[in-house]
Amino acid sequence: MAAAFDPSGRLPDLFTNAGTSSFSAFLSQAAPELLPGRRPLPPGMATDLTPHATTIIAIAAAGGVVLAGDRRATMGNLIAQRDIEKVFPADAYSLVGMAGAAGIGIELIRLFRVELEHYEKIEGAMLSLDGKANRLAAMVRGNLGAAMQGLAVVPLFAGFDLAATDPAKAGRIFSFDVTGGPYEEVGYDAVGSGSLFAKSALKKRFRYGLSVDDAVRLAVEALYDAADDDTATGGPDLTRRIYPVVMSATAEGTHRLTEAETAAIAESVVAGRMENPGG
Amino acid sequence: MAMQFYASPEQIMRDRSELARKGIARGRSAVVLSYAGGVLFVAENLSSALHKVGEIYDRIGFAAVGRYNEFENLRRAGVRMADLNGLSYDRRDVTGRALANAFAQTLGAIFTEQSKPFEVEICVAQVGATAAEDELYRLTYDGSVNDEPGRMAMGGQTEAIAGVLKSNHRPDMSLGDAVKVAVQALGSVGGEGGAARTIAADQLEVAILDRGRAGRTFRRVTGAALAALLDDSEAAAASAEASTEAADSTEAAERPDS
Repeated sequence: MAAAFDPSGRLPDLFTNAGTSSFSAFLSQAAPELLPGRRPLPPGMATDLTPHATTIIAIAAAGGVVLAGDRRATMGNLIAQRDIEKVFPADAYSLVGMAGAAGIGIELIRLFRVELEHYEKIEGAMLSLDGKANRLAAMVRGNLGAAMQGLAVVPLFAGFDLAATDPAKAGRIFSFDVTGGPYEEVGYDAVGSGSLFAKSALKKRFRYGLSVDDAVRLAVEALYDAADDDTATGGPDLTRRIYPVVMSATAEGTHRLTEAETAAIAESVVAGRMENPGG
Repeated sequence: MAMQFYASPEQIMRDRSELARKGIARGRSAVVLSYAGGVLFVAENLSSALHKVGEIYDRIGFAAVGRYNEFENLRRAGVRMADLNGLSYDRRDVTGRALANAFAQTLGAIFTEQSKPFEVEICVAQVGATAAEDELYRLTYDGSVNDEPGRMAMGGQTEAIAGVLKSNHRPDMSLGDAVKVAVQALGSVGGEGGAARTIAADQLEVAILDRGRAGRTFRRVTGAALAALLDDSEAAAASAEASTEAADSTEAAERPDS
């Protein structure tokens, strides 16, 4: 803690003043070294320093949204990790995943989760879904310096909008770029190296008003298509039993599919591709 | 020329204590107690927006009586400290004892350095795996801190309230019984001519730290779930337990991984 020494031992004014409800704004004064964007980097490209996390997919369904990610992280032509997790619940009703520099991305998501929880505890109310997306955009923008040196992180944010008047449109997706955002996406979106192929697959298969179960299946199919054409995206690993992480956010809250559920879906997708490799 | 009167340190401290005690005793009281399923907070509070009970961290809750602006200030500081430590280390490394220490130091410094002490009394509670492992810390306006044995009362006329708690409270109680004991204790003072009074559900602020839940355990008990818990008849109590369980499961679904 970067608090100055105070012989009385009381909490510094920074902690007790009315100040801000934002945790990252508080951190920028109390412990700026904990903010990913606040560390000066030596000049030069740093692309090869950290593993690269790959494809994340979001699909809007009727009454919710699905976010899924493969499990691979790469360093150049090597697989750095086979079972990395890149999709997380941001809070009770929203999900976040990331692609790009894995170390910074994991830290960014951890900070974002605390940011949302902190606001909720201080204010006694949850941020609106747009408020959450705007906060995330500001945090991504804070990493711009590192992004320009090759350590870019791009999140994908999706959630159930409690304020939505039409329940069919309550599942919303926001994308970002290294300069911030957010950009609201309609229907589906993907980020990461395999996103081109995943989006091409989704373009042909996505329909409005999908059930959450159908959207989950579609997400796993699209991840298979991404892994089929992008070496940095991992397909379902049947031998090691490593399957995509699939989560949903609905009126009941966030939910992560169990290992057994994703295994069943992934195995059925792979069995389908045995018949028809193009899906 | 203005004459500066001498006041002994003892006198100054006595005056400040008296001011703080009077301020605290004017407000409505609160009780905190362990029960089988966790830690229960019950405060008498006419407002449904200005809370006396709040969440600090996964397994840590906060309850206070006295001046709202003063204890709200400490609660915010506690949330900031807990979130900062949880981010720097790990969520498991945030403890109620560390928070109680920070609050005690802060209250103690304010008591001796400022011309007016904080008129607050605070409970920092941490829920454990069993009722015996629950930690309840009582913090008073002068920075003293006490580890309480599974139950405590704060505010005015606490001796009478604590007496009722002591004779009726057991750590293996159900939630329904625990709420009834807490409300009975709060209602045992302040009635006409020293008689007991009934406190309506809309004047109570009730929250729990749920022992069985992973992650954030703090949950408010409001509306129909609270009304059912307060209902006297056995059948109603049974259905109340069921409905809080239902409420549990909805909330559990809301925040399964956070």
